[in-house]
Amino acid sequence: MPELKTLELDKDGHLANLDDWSPELAQDLSTQEGVGQLNDRHWMVINYIRDQFMEKGDAPSIRKLTKQSGVSTKELYQLFPKGPAKKAAKIAGLPKPKGCI
Amino acid sequence: MKTQETQTLERPEEKAPEPIEKVSIIISKGSLEGVYPGLIMANGARMEGIEATLFFTFFGLEAVIDKRMDNLKVATVGNPAMHIPTMIGGLPGMSSFATKKMQGEMEKLDIPPVREFIEMIHDTGAEIYVCKATVDMFHLEEEDFCEQVDGVITVGEFYEKSAGAEIIFT
Repeated sequence: MPELKTLELDKDGHLANLDDWSPELAQDLSTQEGVGQLNDRHWMVINYIRDQFMEKGDAPSIRKLTKQSGVSTKELYQLFPKGPAKKAAKIAGLPKPKGCI
Repeated sequence: MKTQETQTLERPEEKAPEPIEKVSIIISKGSLEGVYPGLIMANGARMEGIEATLFFTFFGLEAVIDKRMDNLKVATVGNPAMHIPTMIGGLPGMSSFATKKMQGEMEKLDIPPVREFIEMIHDTGAEIYVCKATVDMFHLEEEDFCEQVDGVITVGEFYEKSAGAEIIFT
């Protein structure tokens, strides 16, 4: 697996190339972001936003995410403290979400 | 609506400006277009990991009064940016019509209705307060508010709670 610090990043510090991402790398990113050990609930969010991104080209809004992924707003903020939209996208190997909501 | 993030992995020596850590947002207007900017700013702050406190004052209280919050309307009179002549904007039904239109546009952007938005913002950990002076002036009781309201506080208490925060008046 490539070392995290050797990978190319975009201007926001997210992975520049989608193909560089792997589940193992997600754990490294999570540790780096202070989110810690990823559990099943984190993975529900990560998998959901990755699916949405592949389909629509942007990460879903938090409203959509909480309505469709089965993870509530409260839980989402517990899982990804300090900015769930950005942190989850970063760990999922996606660019920073474009939406405001 | 996002703060610029300049932090990167390879260049830790580059000093970024201090990020905003806390905001206190005052909502003082009771029209739909008067309430939403503050709600969007508060939710956006939480999405960025910024602490947020909402303070509703004067007609802004409409957005957290249980019986009223589902019926906020767009003001169609006295708003040149609406591009509706005042006399036409004052016709019966204009405000409801403009409100429906705006709600439709917002739904497309995934902006929730006021009640759902207040619940969502509260669930993010933001605190929601109402202004005591206004509550007294309008003869309101704590029971009149939706359950997300964390308390009725004085202006002094608002400033105490805003210690270290950027205050945004809307």
